[in-house]
Amino acid sequence: MKSGFQNDEKERGLVQKFSIVGGDFHHAGYVSTQIKEILKELGIDSAIVRRAAIAAYEAEMNVVMYAHRGIFTLEVTPEQIRFLVEDEGQGIPDIELAMQEGYSTATPEMREMGFGAGMGLPNIKKNADRFEITSEVGKGTCLNITIFLNQRKSQ
Amino acid sequence: MSQYYHSIRFDETRCQGRMRCLRICPTQAIRVRKGKARMLEEKCIDCGECINVCPNGAIIPLTDPFGELSRFRYTIAVPSPALYAQFGREILPDKILSGLKKLGFDEAIDLAYTCGEVSFAIQEYLRNYNGPKPLISNACPTVVRLIQVKYPELIDHIIPIDTPREIAAREIKRKKARQLEIPEKEIGTFYLTPCPVKMISIKQPAEKGRSHLDGALSIADIYGPLLSAMESLEESESPRHGLESICILGIGWAISGGMTRTLRLRNSLAVSGLAEIIKVFDDIEKGKIRNIDFIEAYSCTHGCVGGSLTVENTYSSYNKIVKLIETLEYEKIKACPDIREVRRRYEQNYYFLEGKLEPRPLAPLDDDLGRAIQKKKIKESLYEQLPKIDCAACGSPTCLAFAEDVVQGEAELHDCVFLWPQKIIQLAQEIIDLVEKTGIKIKKKEQESEEGK
Repeated sequence: MKSGFQNDEKERGLVQKFSIVGGDFHHAGYVSTQIKEILKELGIDSAIVRRAAIAAYEAEMNVVMYAHRGIFTLEVTPEQIRFLVEDEGQGIPDIELAMQEGYSTATPEMREMGFGAGMGLPNIKKNADRFEITSEVGKGTCLNITIFLNQRKSQ
Repeated sequence: MSQYYHSIRFDETRCQGRMRCLRICPTQAIRVRKGKARMLEEKCIDCGECINVCPNGAIIPLTDPFGELSRFRYTIAVPSPALYAQFGREILPDKILSGLKKLGFDEAIDLAYTCGEVSFAIQEYLRNYNGPKPLISNACPTVVRLIQVKYPELIDHIIPIDTPREIAAREIKRKKARQLEIPEKEIGTFYLTPCPVKMISIKQPAEKGRSHLDGALSIADIYGPLLSAMESLEESESPRHGLESICILGIGWAISGGMTRTLRLRNSLAVSGLAEIIKVFDDIEKGKIRNIDFIEAYSCTHGCVGGSLTVENTYSSYNKIVKLIETLEYEKIKACPDIREVRRRYEQNYYFLEGKLEPRPLAPLDDDLGRAIQKKKIKESLYEQLPKIDCAACGSPTCLAFAEDVVQGEAELHDCVFLWPQKIIQLAQEIIDLVEKTGIKIKKKEQESEEGK
């Protein structure tokens, strides 16, 4: 179990891993639904849950559409939510281009299903407080998404 | 005593703890403890699924008895259009409304007409709307409560146009009070309801202090008496021309798809059945549903005709509504509210909800996020020990719900039938250890079998 957490943080934080199968459109969205349920259970403010749900869904769909498989790691501490999404797949040759709204390499089939509007990565960035992306062509992509919780208020 | 009014009551004397309700409840709001089902008030959204599955009739919908009418000087029946689908095809709405008067109401009004008006009002609202989409219909109180409880972040998607039943009750009360020169409080308006949840929208409206309806009578309760009343109608009492006021737009509100059909939108969805609604709401939250303007959602499959207090089979009554629309079309009866009149009233805020809907989200594992995280971790580790077959024998609906109940101190881990044998083994070992401490030798099994030879 490697988690990218320091030991003391590991004590305080929640870590859960989910696997995503590339090309499995039937179950696509399952991981982000699970994550949303967990965040609600923890009492995270609903506006933040909404942002997190959208970012998680887009990240999950990226794996489903473009990779062979991926691991989605959710980490929650009292200060922040972090998603680490690592996939094995084709990777992104030009990240700057991929980050532009409207740019998409989706196939006609994917577009038919309502995906591939070129909004995925920009949408994650829009909903995250911190967003890092690294990719290696032919190997895979890693997304590191952080949403801060300091503005959390209880209902 | 309780914060929330519910239209469902559990009768402990009849309950045999047979778990059907527990398994079907879509919000996991039921637990069976000490052999009796009980409701978790904050989780229940009054969908009524449990009423239909209880083999002992121990779950009772709370609607008003007919005797409630005697509290008022003048009484008006406001039947859900689903009532029109409960009888044979030769019995048309005009006869049903006449039958209701024969039954003892001073007046019976056609709600379909107001439904038609509200369809126009929703069109007006959508025309200039720029907020978050899709907008969601509030016609089904279970859907409104589902959003308040489980999807609080979608609360701004609920359309702020009031329901036809409330608007119609408000209007007819004002009108009759003027006409009869009696105070409004002496006029009783009664909704004839296909489901118990309308009762809570009357007793505890989600958004305002008080409903304009005074009560709700179950369609199932009045079905028999109404049928006899209609049979005893004289020819003169059932005027054929009554049909002309039945609004073709509004009748469709009784079935799923009927409302969206009248809105003439390019992109709208009609969803029915709670499980399906939950899937769609999950998709909205993920941002997966785009370019949809309006969602009509009914907790009962196929819409109000599928309500638990209806008599006729859901599919037959769905078909009857469709055929009734065809009949009215054929007879060229197109009683329709005047759209210019609707627009004028719309400008005066006539159709808007009188209060604001607020979310009432479920309590998290803990109010403190740090503690909630710790509880979540314990819950997950408990869950790992469970068989994950969701047998519900422990009295919680799923293994995951059971793990949460244990974390919250509502249940004990050895309530799980798969775990208590291990508890017994552990106890037995403790006893053996205790006996061995005394120095008494325990006869071993092999010795026994040798003796037997």
